[in-house]
Amino acid sequence: MELSALLLQVLNGLDKGSAYALIALGLTLIFGTLGVVNFAHGALFMIGAFCAVTLQKLLTLSIITLDETKTDFLGNPQKIRTPYVEEWFGTAAGQAIIDWAVPLAILFAIPIMLIIGFIMERGLIKHFYKRPHADQILVTFGLAIVLQEIIKAYFGANQIPVPAPEAFIGSFDFGQLVGFDPGQVMYPYWRIVYFLFAMLIIALVFAFLQFTTFGMVVRAGMADRETVGLLGINIDKRFTIMFGIAAAVAGLAGVMYTPINPPNYHMGMDFLVISFVVVVVGGMGSLGGAVLAGFILGILESFASMREVIEFIPGINQVVIYLAAIVILLARPRGLLGRKGVMES
Amino acid sequence: MLGLSRRDFLTLLFVLVLVAAAPILMNPFPEGSKFAQFNAGYPDLMQRFVIFGIFAVGFNILFGLTGYLSFGHAAFLGAGSYAGVWMLKLLTINVIPAIVVSTLVAGVFALIIGFISLRRSGIYFSILTLAFAQMSFALAASVLTPITGGETGLQTALNDPRILDGAASGTGNIPAPALFGLEMGHSWQVKMGDWLWTFNVGYYLSALVLLVAFYISIRIFRSPFGMMLKAVKSNNQRLSYTGISPRPYTLAAFVISGMYAGLAGGLMVSMDPLAGAERMQWTASGEVVLMTILGGVGTLIGPVLGAGLIKYFENIFSKINDNLLHQWFAFMPDGLEDFMVTIIHPFVGKGWHLTLGLMFMLVVIFLPGGLIGGLSSLYNRVFRRSKAH
Repeated sequence: MELSALLLQVLNGLDKGSAYALIALGLTLIFGTLGVVNFAHGALFMIGAFCAVTLQKLLTLSIITLDETKTDFLGNPQKIRTPYVEEWFGTAAGQAIIDWAVPLAILFAIPIMLIIGFIMERGLIKHFYKRPHADQILVTFGLAIVLQEIIKAYFGANQIPVPAPEAFIGSFDFGQLVGFDPGQVMYPYWRIVYFLFAMLIIALVFAFLQFTTFGMVVRAGMADRETVGLLGINIDKRFTIMFGIAAAVAGLAGVMYTPINPPNYHMGMDFLVISFVVVVVGGMGSLGGAVLAGFILGILESFASMREVIEFIPGINQVVIYLAAIVILLARPRGLLGRKGVMES
Repeated sequence: MLGLSRRDFLTLLFVLVLVAAAPILMNPFPEGSKFAQFNAGYPDLMQRFVIFGIFAVGFNILFGLTGYLSFGHAAFLGAGSYAGVWMLKLLTINVIPAIVVSTLVAGVFALIIGFISLRRSGIYFSILTLAFAQMSFALAASVLTPITGGETGLQTALNDPRILDGAASGTGNIPAPALFGLEMGHSWQVKMGDWLWTFNVGYYLSALVLLVAFYISIRIFRSPFGMMLKAVKSNNQRLSYTGISPRPYTLAAFVISGMYAGLAGGLMVSMDPLAGAERMQWTASGEVVLMTILGGVGTLIGPVLGAGLIKYFENIFSKINDNLLHQWFAFMPDGLEDFMVTIIHPFVGKGWHLTLGLMFMLVVIFLPGGLIGGLSSLYNRVFRRSKAH
């Protein structure tokens, strides 16, 4: 096996690993703060992706004018669609805005995801703190079905392609950078963007928890909720905000993922199952563990889908993540970085 | 009677009457009437009622008694289905070996998965079973294609060996699964006035199996073994302190419920000899959880009821379309009619999953004990009030 092939697989694993890490980070945040197992987190990822779809649809809303000089094949005058943004900002600027719909959707998605997160926590999850974990799993599972079906009713069951900005289409010759022959290790630009974006978000979340007073209080609340409450701090409010942030993280992961994988209504469920495995492998309640396990499993998955490996062990690419989870749970029940006393019963 | 208390015997009798008379009870509306839409008395659907009933009753032995929430029970259903089809292909078109072998195969499969998964509990257990089921699904759909038929599924064919009754395939048609010559698809139709009732062989075989399975489940619930399982649920730690290891008990419960799932799978392919990988997918596992929750976790009759309700809604709701809605609301003024149709439209037809999700959430939020729990608390309230008078 060549070194360049190995490098390529590591790179390939990074973008999927980023998505797993972001979703698992949100799951762990919710679990660590509120102690709730959120099966609807995949649906939040999916809603984020559909924020990008919606924004793109909104931006391309067009005025239809008739061009009498040209006719289509039926002999009717041809319709010319001019998006409103081109009308308002001029053709060049308008096209640029439409082209950059996905990055712009980040701004669009943050408030939406925060609001959805707040509503979910205040409206539903709040009532389930005292209920058993099984009930929390079940009610959020039901919510995931409902959210998924609502999206399906509006956007249909098919995948909706949303292109990345023109500037990021094409591939970067990563191999040449580290001294391989040209064309050996090609990596699409957008996946680099996705990886960097994920790292940025992860860094922001960690910095927020580590270096702000708000984050300090939240961490204190995670360690001992009751005592923080006794000190006269309204910890519930802060935890609600953390839920919103976790929802926003999942949503942003979804927004930026749209050019890699056209969104459809059940993408959330597909990611959720794996993300749970990621959380468990990383260690329930450990933020660093979730991120680490996300990347490890992503890279592991991409290695397992190499031709040489599949020839050696057929079907390994389909099951490697679950296999890793089983091995880790049996060998190291707390997960990679799990702490003692968290969800041990 | 039959080693049951009076109350349990009455429950069994109730289920007996329910399933025996189902072809009549499920068809309360005359053919061609406005409400014939709501009839569910056709063989295909009734078979599914009882088969999923068996599946849910088995799941309840694990989840209801021990509190271990498995999210991977569909794997056993799938394993049972594949084993059943292979028996129909290799051995004989008679369904008895298929049903027996699928139960046993699922049991062995459950023993392996359970042995590993039960090392952990709580959410870890749920994730482990989920991981195993997803693994089985992925393998069945891809690498194991020679055994499972891959994405197209596994089905009987004309040139199957069928070593015990090879001669039966001389007709040129693929023989249908049968019980000693009595085909599963065979039905008798009875017409009474405007009513049409269908009595199906396959349905009554499944119903008989359901009754036996239900009886066994009652016996398990009331046995010392069942008490042990309840002890695991209520306080695992205290049980360990008394010097009893809970592991063998939970493993036994896991294997038993896996065998129930395999039995359901075997019956499913006996009715329709086709097994696909999607039967193992985690949504299928979610469905049986849903049935049990809806009916009432840990109650005897709840899972049967839940299975029936969900399968009923799945079929009836997904058949309703806009034309039908317009017919129903035709008595209203036009504007109101359109309004009603628009409101109901997203919840029926293709959108019935939305209804299912909402129903599920409402039950978990407001009726943690399921329908049976809700009914019994209602009964208690009324009863107590009448006592106070």
